Amino acid sequence: MSSSDTTETKDTKKKRTRKPRTTKSKTKKSEEPTPAPAETTTTEISTTVPDETSAPAEPEPAPAPVEEIAPETEEKVETGDVVPQVDLPKFEKSLADKITQKFGSKAEVAYIKQDRIRINVKKEDIKDIASYIRDELNFDHAESVSGVDYPDENKIEVVYHLGSYTDPDLSKQILALATSAPREADPNPGRDSTRLPSLREIFYSVEFHERECFEMLGVYFDDHPDNRRLLLPEDWADIPPLRKDFSIKGR
Amino acid sequence: MTAQLPPGLQLEKVDERIMTLNVGPQHPGSGHMRLIIQVDGDYIVACDPDPGYVHRGEEKMAEYRNYITNIPHLERPVIHDSCNILYPYCLAVEEILGLEVPERAKYVRVIASELNRCVYTMYWLAIYGIFLGHSTMFMWPTGDRELLIDLLEKITGARVTHAYFVPGGVRNDLPANFEDVCLRQVNYFEKRIKEYADIFYDNPILISRTENTGILSRQDAIRLGTTGSVLRASGVDFDIRKKEPYDVYENLDFQTNVLQSGDSYARSPIPWLDMLESCRIIRDALKKMPKSGAVRVKLKPNPKGGDVEVYRRVESGRGALGMHVISKSKPEPYRVKISVGSFRNLICMPYLLRGEKLGNMPAVYWSLNYWPVEADR
Repeated sequence: MSSSDTTETKDTKKKRTRKPRTTKSKTKKSEEPTPAPAETTTTEISTTVPDETSAPAEPEPAPAPVEEIAPETEEKVETGDVVPQVDLPKFEKSLADKITQKFGSKAEVAYIKQDRIRINVKKEDIKDIASYIRDELNFDHAESVSGVDYPDENKIEVVYHLGSYTDPDLSKQILALATSAPREADPNPGRDSTRLPSLREIFYSVEFHERECFEMLGVYFDDHPDNRRLLLPEDWADIPPLRKDFSIKGR
Repeated sequence: MTAQLPPGLQLEKVDERIMTLNVGPQHPGSGHMRLIIQVDGDYIVACDPDPGYVHRGEEKMAEYRNYITNIPHLERPVIHDSCNILYPYCLAVEEILGLEVPERAKYVRVIASELNRCVYTMYWLAIYGIFLGHSTMFMWPTGDRELLIDLLEKITGARVTHAYFVPGGVRNDLPANFEDVCLRQVNYFEKRIKEYADIFYDNPILISRTENTGILSRQDAIRLGTTGSVLRASGVDFDIRKKEPYDVYENLDFQTNVLQSGDSYARSPIPWLDMLESCRIIRDALKKMPKSGAVRVKLKPNPKGGDVEVYRRVESGRGALGMHVISKSKPEPYRVKISVGSFRNLICMPYLLRGEKLGNMPAVYWSLNYWPVEADR
C-alpha cells in the first residue's frame, strides 16, 4: 500500500513540474505576439527614464492643449453626440467657466473634454473651491481620490473625482479637482510634512479614500478625523508603497 | 504591570459593559476582512471596518507592466466578475491609444460582461443565502451558475479569470453556433432564477431577518457616495449603463431597478432583478449583433500613449467601477487608480451596523453586495 502511494505521489510531482512549463509556453504563443517582445523592450525603455523625464520642465499647462483635441474626436464617434466643431464641449465649458469666473486665476482649467473636466488648484484654495462646487454646481460625492507621485517635479498630486447623483444634467460628468503638495523626500510614516487640507467635511465620501491616499503616498490630511492606516499592515515600516522610489523586487 | 510594558504598548481602561469583538479576517461571516465590533450585550455600539487582509498592490504592479501585460493581473480582484473589472481599463486604454473598437466586439463585450455579472451575482447570492441559514439558497445558485460559467468557458477558455477583454476589442471571436447555445442557456437560467422569488425573497425567514435592519436613507446614500445596489435600494436611480452608456448599451433594451426603503431587505433583490435585466440585455444583444466582422484591432507590439489622463467607469456587479489611468508617453501607464464599488460602499458599514443586533450583522454585511478582495485590490 505504502509503496504504491509513494509512486503515485512521485508521478503527480513529475506531472506538476512538467505542467507549468508547457502551459507557459502555450499561453505565450496563443495569447498574441505582443507580450513576448514587449517585456524585453520595456526593460530597455525603463533604463532610459531619466532622459525622458528630465526634459519636460513645465509642470501642468504643457500637456493640456494636446489632450483637448486628440481624445475629443474619438469620443464623438463613440457616443454619437452632436458636437460637430472641434470646439470644446459646451456644457463642460460652461461649468468650467463658472468656476473660473468665481475664482479667477486661483482655478486653472487643465483640460475640458467630453464629460470630463479637470481643475488644478492650490492647496490653500481647495476648500473654498470644493464647497463652491458642492453648493453651487451640485456635485455631491467623490468617486475616487487618486494620489500621484511626481518625484521629478518634487510634488505629490491628489485628484478628487467628483460626481453627482442628485442633478440629472451632471450624471455623465466627472469633475477632477486636483491639488498638490511639495514632496517630502524621506517620509516618516505617520508624521509626514507632505500635508494637504482634508475635504472630508465638504465631501463626506472621501473619508476612506483619503485614508488610503495617506498610507499609500504619505500625504497627511489635516483635519481628517481618522488619519489611520487602512489597507497596509499595522507594522508596515517602509516608505509609502505608491511612491515612485518604492520599487517592486526584481523590477 | 504597566511599568514593565515596552514604550509603544499601552493598556487602555475598558468599559466593563462594552466588549470588543474581532470578526475576521478569517471569519467566514465577514469574508477576508476584519470588522472590529464593540458590543453592549447583544447590540453593536461601534464598528470599525479593517480591510486590507488580501491587499495585493494591483495599482503598484500596473505601473511596471505595459498596457497588454496588465490585463491578466488587473482582473484578479474579482475573478468572478473579471470582464467587468477589465472593462473600464480597456475603455481607458483605448482612449489613450486612440483605438476604435469594431462594432461586433462591442456587442461581444456586452454579452460577456452581462454573463459575468450574473456569475458574480449568483456567487454572492449563494453566500448571502448560506449566511442567513438558508442552505437551499446556497445550493441552487451555485448549481445554476454553472450554466453561465459553461458559456463563458466556451467563449474564453477559462471558467473564471477570463482575461478576455483587450484594448481594442476582445481576445477571440465567439465560437461557432454560440448564439443558439447562449439563447437556450440564458432562457433556462432566467426561468430558474425566477423561482428564487418563491424560495428566497418571499420567504418569511429572510423577511424577518432583513426587514428594517441597516436602513440607509436616500440622503445618506448620496452623501456617503455609495454605489450600485446599495444606492439603488435607497431610491437613487443611478446606473452607469443608463447614465453614461458605454459601448452599445444605449442601443439595448433594459431598465434599472430602484427600491425605496433602503433596508437590507431592499438591498437583497436588486442584484437579482439586475440579473433578469441582464438576460434581457443578452437576448437583445444577440439579436442586434452584427453576424460577422472583426472583434479586435491589431495593436503595435509595445503601444505608447501621449501625455493623457483618462477616467472611465462602468457598472460592475457591485456598482460603479472607475479606472483613472495616467499615461506619460511610455509603454507602461504612469499610474492606474482603481476605484471599486466595494471600497466605496465600505464607508456605510459603521453607520448601518451601529445599533443593530450582533445576530443581524451577516444580514447587513452581505446585503451590501461587498466583495472584500475587490476592496483591497
